[in-house]
Amino acid sequence: MHYHWNWTIFWDMTPEGTGTYLHTLLVGLGWTLATGLAAWVIALVLGSILGVVRTAPVKWAAAIANAYVEVFRNIPLLVQMFLWYFVIPELLPGNLGDSIKQMAPPWASFVPAVLCLGFFTAARVAEQVRAGIMALPSGQRMAGTALGLTLPQTYRYVLLPVVFRIILPPLTSEFLNIIKNSSVALTIGVVELTAAARAMQEFSFQVFEAFTAATLIYIVVNICVVFAMRWVEQRVAVPGFIGRAVAAGGH
Amino acid sequence: MFGHFDYQEILRNLPYLMKVGMTFTLTLTGLVVVGGVIFGTLLAMMRLSSIKPLSLLATTYINLMRSVPLVLVIFWFYFLVPYIGAWITGANQPVKVGAFLSSVITFTMFEAAYYAEIMRAGIQSVARGQVWAGYALGLNYWQTMGKIVLPQAFRNMVPILLTQTIVMFQDTSLVYVLSITDFLGAASKVAERDGRLVEMYLFVALVYFVMCIAGSYVVRRLQRRIAIIR
Repeated sequence: MHYHWNWTIFWDMTPEGTGTYLHTLLVGLGWTLATGLAAWVIALVLGSILGVVRTAPVKWAAAIANAYVEVFRNIPLLVQMFLWYFVIPELLPGNLGDSIKQMAPPWASFVPAVLCLGFFTAARVAEQVRAGIMALPSGQRMAGTALGLTLPQTYRYVLLPVVFRIILPPLTSEFLNIIKNSSVALTIGVVELTAAARAMQEFSFQVFEAFTAATLIYIVVNICVVFAMRWVEQRVAVPGFIGRAVAAGGH
Repeated sequence: MFGHFDYQEILRNLPYLMKVGMTFTLTLTGLVVVGGVIFGTLLAMMRLSSIKPLSLLATTYINLMRSVPLVLVIFWFYFLVPYIGAWITGANQPVKVGAFLSSVITFTMFEAAYYAEIMRAGIQSVARGQVWAGYALGLNYWQTMGKIVLPQAFRNMVPILLTQTIVMFQDTSLVYVLSITDFLGAASKVAERDGRLVEMYLFVALVYFVMCIAGSYVVRRLQRRIAIIR
């Protein structure tokens, strides 16, 4: 068993001559964060709307939101990625589909990847938001009505400010998930961190150095996110009110 | 929009998709559930152990696995397993490991970390008094665990273990990155050969959807049936 370790490989130039291997990995990290953050915006906005609609007393709207969650949770992320990348442009009316396929290189795969991750994670955020709203005592909603607030006002001023504080911990783990899941985008050609490590491995043959570096970078990102969110939790905490964590599952 | 949709394409390739692809996916899922739950339970027991190094080792392993993407773990093991094999057998060259065995090992090691966290919650859900009662009866650690704690922990956690298994069933599609012919891999090969991406990927999505919905329905039924009335 012989494996030649070479930890200085990170400072070697890549065959493409665009920079060192370390540079390749950091550019990959940049794409991972860009994909994750852009998708998170979609997931948070759409997920919150869906979560609210699922608890609203409008039967048909709640049914649609529930169906959305079921569909996006029960199809593998990779299959959804292929649907966004290969299938949707074909199903759109002629010109629109073609213009999507002809986007300049990084965007043609970046845009579908962001949409895919955003819509996928929205279903999971919706689940957390719904669980958060259900966890509130029903007296809160009644109090809102008793004060003469309309239903949207009750959500805006009474329920949601508390709900988002309660669900911060599970939302943190969903945000970590979206960063990890962005690695699935390598299948449609986004050169994010895992793909960059894979490229480095193929060019340099230093498999374990490349993957160790990628693993360490993912761990550092994880730790940073956890600390940042803990800080946010402390900043927004209502004195005397300790939020109960809602269980999060899956990955 | 669906004018060119070729249903015959799906029917023609159905035997191949099911016999080769779905068989691989289901066999992998089945083996990983068994291996993952056994290994995960051991990890959970280690994590809850009063022996500090054991608990630290298990905690580190679980946290490590849970903070890196599955795709990266798949690549890690794909390259690492031949070297581990060589180390175990004392061979000079990295051992050749087939795609199937490699994915079984990868997913077992990865999912064990997730099953471990579920089993930890399960073990902790059993009242402390039960453990003390076990020791008071003169049972040792393994007897207390095997005869008193774990049976109850499993029973409490079966719905969550199964839900995690449905998630894992979906995740096995990621073996695609190693060009393995699982259900998605088989469909993708047909799709690219015949230029029928729309039909194939929509069909794959539908099959996964139906199977997972059916799975969650069974889990919900089971949950009601086995719930312990306290």
